[in-house]
Amino acid sequence: MVGSIAGVGVIVGAGFLGCGSLRRYVAGMVNTMESPYMGDTGNPNIWFEVQANNQITFYSPKVEMGQGTFTGLAQIAADELDIDVEQLQVVHSPSISGNMDSFGTGGSTTISGLWQPLRELAATMREMLKAEAAKQMGVDVGKLSVAKGVVSGGSKQLTYGEIVKDVKEWKVPKTPALKNIKDYKFIGKPVPRVDLKDKVLGTPMYGIDASMPDMLFGAVVRPTLVASTFVSADISEAEKMPGVVKIIQEKDFVGVVANSRMEAENAKNKIKVVWDTPKVWQSKDIEEMILVGKGKAVEIQKEGNAKKILEDDDETIIKSEYKSPIGAHAQLEPNGAVAFVEKDKATVMISTQVVKITRDEVAKRMGLSKDKVNIIPTFLGGGFGRRLHTPNAVQAAVLSKAVGKPVKCFFNRKEEFQNDTFRPPTHNVLKAKMTSDGKIEAIEHNISSGDVMFGSALVPGMVEPIVGADVGAWRGGMIQYKNIPNYRAVSWRVKLPFATSWWRSLGLLANTFAVESFMDELALKAKKDPIQFRLDHIKDDEAGKRLRAVIERARKESNWKDKVQNGRAMGFAASTDVNTPVAQVVEVSIENNKIKVHKVTCVIDPGLAINPDQIRAQCEGAIIMGMSASLYEKMEVRDGQLFPIIYGPYQMAMMRDSPKEINVTILENSPTPGGVGEPPLGPIGAAIANAVFRLTNERLREMPFALT
Amino acid sequence: MKISFNINGTPQTVEVDEQTPLLWVVRDVLNLKGTKFGCGKAACGACTLHVDGDAIRSCSFPVKYAEGKEITTIEGLSKGDDVHPVQQAWIEEIVPQCGYCQPGFMMATAAMLDKIPNPTDEDIDNNIANICRCATYYRMRKAIHRAAEIKGQNS
Repeated sequence: MVGSIAGVGVIVGAGFLGCGSLRRYVAGMVNTMESPYMGDTGNPNIWFEVQANNQITFYSPKVEMGQGTFTGLAQIAADELDIDVEQLQVVHSPSISGNMDSFGTGGSTTISGLWQPLRELAATMREMLKAEAAKQMGVDVGKLSVAKGVVSGGSKQLTYGEIVKDVKEWKVPKTPALKNIKDYKFIGKPVPRVDLKDKVLGTPMYGIDASMPDMLFGAVVRPTLVASTFVSADISEAEKMPGVVKIIQEKDFVGVVANSRMEAENAKNKIKVVWDTPKVWQSKDIEEMILVGKGKAVEIQKEGNAKKILEDDDETIIKSEYKSPIGAHAQLEPNGAVAFVEKDKATVMISTQVVKITRDEVAKRMGLSKDKVNIIPTFLGGGFGRRLHTPNAVQAAVLSKAVGKPVKCFFNRKEEFQNDTFRPPTHNVLKAKMTSDGKIEAIEHNISSGDVMFGSALVPGMVEPIVGADVGAWRGGMIQYKNIPNYRAVSWRVKLPFATSWWRSLGLLANTFAVESFMDELALKAKKDPIQFRLDHIKDDEAGKRLRAVIERARKESNWKDKVQNGRAMGFAASTDVNTPVAQVVEVSIENNKIKVHKVTCVIDPGLAINPDQIRAQCEGAIIMGMSASLYEKMEVRDGQLFPIIYGPYQMAMMRDSPKEINVTILENSPTPGGVGEPPLGPIGAAIANAVFRLTNERLREMPFALT
Repeated sequence: MKISFNINGTPQTVEVDEQTPLLWVVRDVLNLKGTKFGCGKAACGACTLHVDGDAIRSCSFPVKYAEGKEITTIEGLSKGDDVHPVQQAWIEEIVPQCGYCQPGFMMATAAMLDKIPNPTDEDIDNNIANICRCATYYRMRKAIHRAAEIKGQNS
């Protein structure tokens, strides 16, 4: 079966599948490795375009979804280009330009992955411009200096814009040496976001704002019942609706094209679809499926002999369970696209995190070669992983082809909630045995989750047997306290009847909730201060030192006290994700039987901080988003339908729920920049649960948290 | 049906189904894209604009009720070259992340400050009930207080 996939059959053998230690090696590597950038970094000309007015257009293959990546990339590029950040216009690179990332934008990888290649590209571009300036000015290149895009040599000056004017061909020189970090003017500074003004003035920039001349509006019927497949449609009534241009029936969906959005929506509601729905699912079915022991297990971490030590369920074994529900992305801009398919080419404007996959899918369905499909990425009205697969581009393309005009086709909010690629529910079981002097002798973490990485468009199916366990599902689930002689983690894979996938930080929030709540339970058994208890179990290696530093700093910054004061209690938790350790202390009270978070102290060590202000912004947002998921958010399956279908009933943190104080401290205990967008989501749930325990003596074991 | 109103100080007449939500008239007919669609049920506030100075969720406001009214959208919030105090504060505090919901929040804030020039935290909690998935609430609260300050200095 695997023989047809060239080069893969070799490793996907029966012998490999049985090899647990190799799988653990792969899992460990994936857990800590830095993700390299996977696009073309050989040619500065597809990245930068010098304009006559001495501005430089920077074509970014990474998309801006709020994480501030355009700003960070602009800072990095400007410093090696020897221009000001204001001289750069960062725009999304259309797929047809060839400047495209084979992966996409996600996983907190952009800045860490492009740190080296982008500086090299910018430095190479600068040297190209200098070499040409030397020729035009008749001055030795070694005697030239550059500031703000103006090259000076002796009494002569040329701007970058003047230099490029008549040059037809460029020679790409050998990659020059990079500057010393201390000489950078913008890297490390809180430069304001480059998209700030546009976003404050309401400038059209998102996928839903896109339009093309003579554009029509489309709508596609989407299933309301879980695990439904399209069979057929009765369009007789819909065809007679006002404004309808055409109803399009395909083998896998039915859609309508009309003159306005309203008319398309109204006609869509009159289409009667026959769906094949083999089973009417309920929440209790899902809850039973997700229990540890029901899915397929893969050991992802093993040191010593934890399994044997914890095998017997005698009274010396401490055992706890935790759960998290199905979560929705609930990003504000719904999914959709504007597509125009002509005879021999297709153009799609879309908010997407995966330009290449979207291009390839449109090309395949339209029967066009990939270079005839141009995906023009727009700013995203939120990503959070929801747009790591955007097959809606294909549907818009199908509708456009059928009418021969551009078509704009978007989800409505109910469709968005019911057809999300959800954060999977989880069940975590932890066991431990303590020594007589209050140290952990052995600990075991069983993580059961629906798929995150497996089955997703981003990851080819052949990866599954290689890595064995779903890296996304167990993210944050490995034991990070390695000064424990025996530890073990096991990932249980459960295939659910609806799509589950990437949700900002993946398994990190739920898995950290489990491990870090359990650590507090163990500290209590040991009668130790919970922070000191953790520090006692940190190994003195590179990762351990960085983790220790954020924990100790959080203890200091929060003025940590392990007792209730004025009706408020503190709670602590820490996690490490994509090499970035984060520690958080929350201050919580109970008001009208509701959990109120007043203050959060957050210490993060992302390594070299490119933009401290945007690192703070990511921490503030991630903390409140994680708080929202921990306290309020939950999707349920009722008689086959996913509910709620609207904000409000899908309760989320709002202004009144948000902490009035969030203090972020940034440590830089690594010389290169690491991930920031997701790691600060890790500790918040556990920290709140740990604080609530101090107030109520009640251990919260299930998200969203409910007090009795 | 023909409906006439002033939008950002300019008279407009549109010919649409009178039940069409004002949001889609503003976005698709008048091509002002700053006002956003979020939910279509007045639950998230992304579509907030002003009708006669009141903050209205335009996705659930049939255009027929706009007849003869003064409508202001994010594009018309600033008068002339001066940025509106709310927008100025949003810039100073570097509030937006993805930015999609921000016009709705700024319009809601501007309407609140006209009625409550110096809002307390409680006023903000009670009056600003939009949804931001990037969860920029912490900076928004600071920006709202700052906007009140700028507005006070200007008047």
